[in-house]
Amino acid sequence: MKVDLITSLYVFMLAAFIGFEVIRRVSPLLHTPLMSLTNALDAIAVVGAIIIAGERKTNMSTILGTIAIVAATSNVVGGFIITDRMLKMFKASKAPKQ
Amino acid sequence: MIASEHLIEITYLIATALFILSLKWLSSPATARRGVWAGEIGMVLAIAGTLLHHGIVDYKWLGNVAMTAVPQRTALSHAFGALCVTLVGTAEFYLRTPEVPRFTMSVLSLEVILGSLTFTGSLMAAGKLQEVLPQRPITYKGQNVVNLGMLAVAIIIAVLLVLDPGRTALYPVMIAISLAFGVMLIIPIGGADMPTVISLLNSYAGLSAAAMGFVLDSKLLIVAGALDGASGFILSVNMSKAMNRSFTNVLFGAFGQVQTTAAATQEARPVRSATAEEAAAILSAANRVVVVPGYGMAVAQAQHRVRELYDALTKRGVDVKFGIHPVAGRMPGHMNVLLAEADIPYDKLLDMDDANPDFPQTDVALVIGANDVTNPAARNDASSPIHGMPILDVDKARTVMVIKRSMSPGFAGIDNPLYYLDNTLMLFGDAKAFVGGLVRELSGASAAHGS
Repeated sequence: MKVDLITSLYVFMLAAFIGFEVIRRVSPLLHTPLMSLTNALDAIAVVGAIIIAGERKTNMSTILGTIAIVAATSNVVGGFIITDRMLKMFKASKAPKQ
Repeated sequence: MIASEHLIEITYLIATALFILSLKWLSSPATARRGVWAGEIGMVLAIAGTLLHHGIVDYKWLGNVAMTAVPQRTALSHAFGALCVTLVGTAEFYLRTPEVPRFTMSVLSLEVILGSLTFTGSLMAAGKLQEVLPQRPITYKGQNVVNLGMLAVAIIIAVLLVLDPGRTALYPVMIAISLAFGVMLIIPIGGADMPTVISLLNSYAGLSAAAMGFVLDSKLLIVAGALDGASGFILSVNMSKAMNRSFTNVLFGAFGQVQTTAAATQEARPVRSATAEEAAAILSAANRVVVVPGYGMAVAQAQHRVRELYDALTKRGVDVKFGIHPVAGRMPGHMNVLLAEADIPYDKLLDMDDANPDFPQTDVALVIGANDVTNPAARNDASSPIHGMPILDVDKARTVMVIKRSMSPGFAGIDNPLYYLDNTLMLFGDAKAFVGGLVRELSGASAAHGS
């Protein structure tokens, strides 16, 4: 348990540093898609919800888990779709015409 | 059994790597779409891995929204994410109580407090953005004391629960207070502060998901939450810097109160205005034009007209660029998305640092629906409420044109000395209609010259 906790803290710290380094380089141009993409990735919380709902330990945990799955899944699917739609719109200048 | 456990862990590991790559590729528009694919594959892997483990079927759910509603949608998705995290945390609490280790209970409290305040806060933000709720900041005496008091009570209850997780009666109280706190936190926020607030809520949503990762002992969740938290944090810092305000100032500062005194003195000063015809003549004679869009352009849905203007001017050999302030609009990057939607090439969109050195060599700076981000008082009037905020130096251009409905002060209610400068022309009218008028004048004039 203790070792696990320390490992988790390491993982959190390293992920936060990687996050800072990687995201600092995202151009301000793409800040909106960045937010919707991180939102979609964040919705990986659906994994936790699936576990809670699927274990069916109590009625309450099943109901809460199910609502959570719906909320998170809509974020996953909606988040990716809208991010892709946004990015599809970003186009570079075409080479001067004729 | 053991082998399948390992397989799932490795699936999670690959998913984690894909998430990081996904954000890395987002650093340039050229590779950005690849980034989305990486994120999608990672997500599919992770979910498939989980389904493999628990054998539970998932439902497909589609989401589709108009581009102009992106800020609301983003706020709503923060709300959904936070809701998911809060519900899972709540279920965990009731399953495990009264034997919850102290560390777990601490992160669980953090998870549900952040989760529930983000949930209601984001719903409030979405409501304000959708204009279901009044956009004006609502302030009252002692607001900050009330808010901080609520947060303090929630934290005290959390501490009590950590000391004795058996006190289940306290748990709903903690949730209720956090939910109420989320509402109270957003009530005093005005539309101009939305970019910062949305970023901050994004960060909270990420941190609560990371906390959930600690509770469930899932490294994947910790990483995803940390990435989201870091992203939201960086964006909030950027937004605060772009407004020259601290976090505490955005959340607890009463931006709405300062300006009521400033608005009274503006009546008598003369401004120069111009018609679409005159403005079109000046624009077509220019070599360099920088367009500065703001929230007004989004409200008027003028981005497609702006694109037509861009085409008409480019055809005449005018160099047209766009200068975009980090807090223009209602969320980070809002203007870029709208202009990209209207098919304006992204290499014409300059951020503030790239745009500002060019203004002295610019013939016309055309301000469409932006106000405070062009206010020279931020640079040279120490008494202005926005003094010190970095702005786009449009006043340094040879001619400044401002498309505006009327002389009434903008959203924040701060008078803008830019409008009274000698080189400023006010173009009164609806942004969409006026830009449409400019396009008509330009194409009409070109036909006349061509014959």
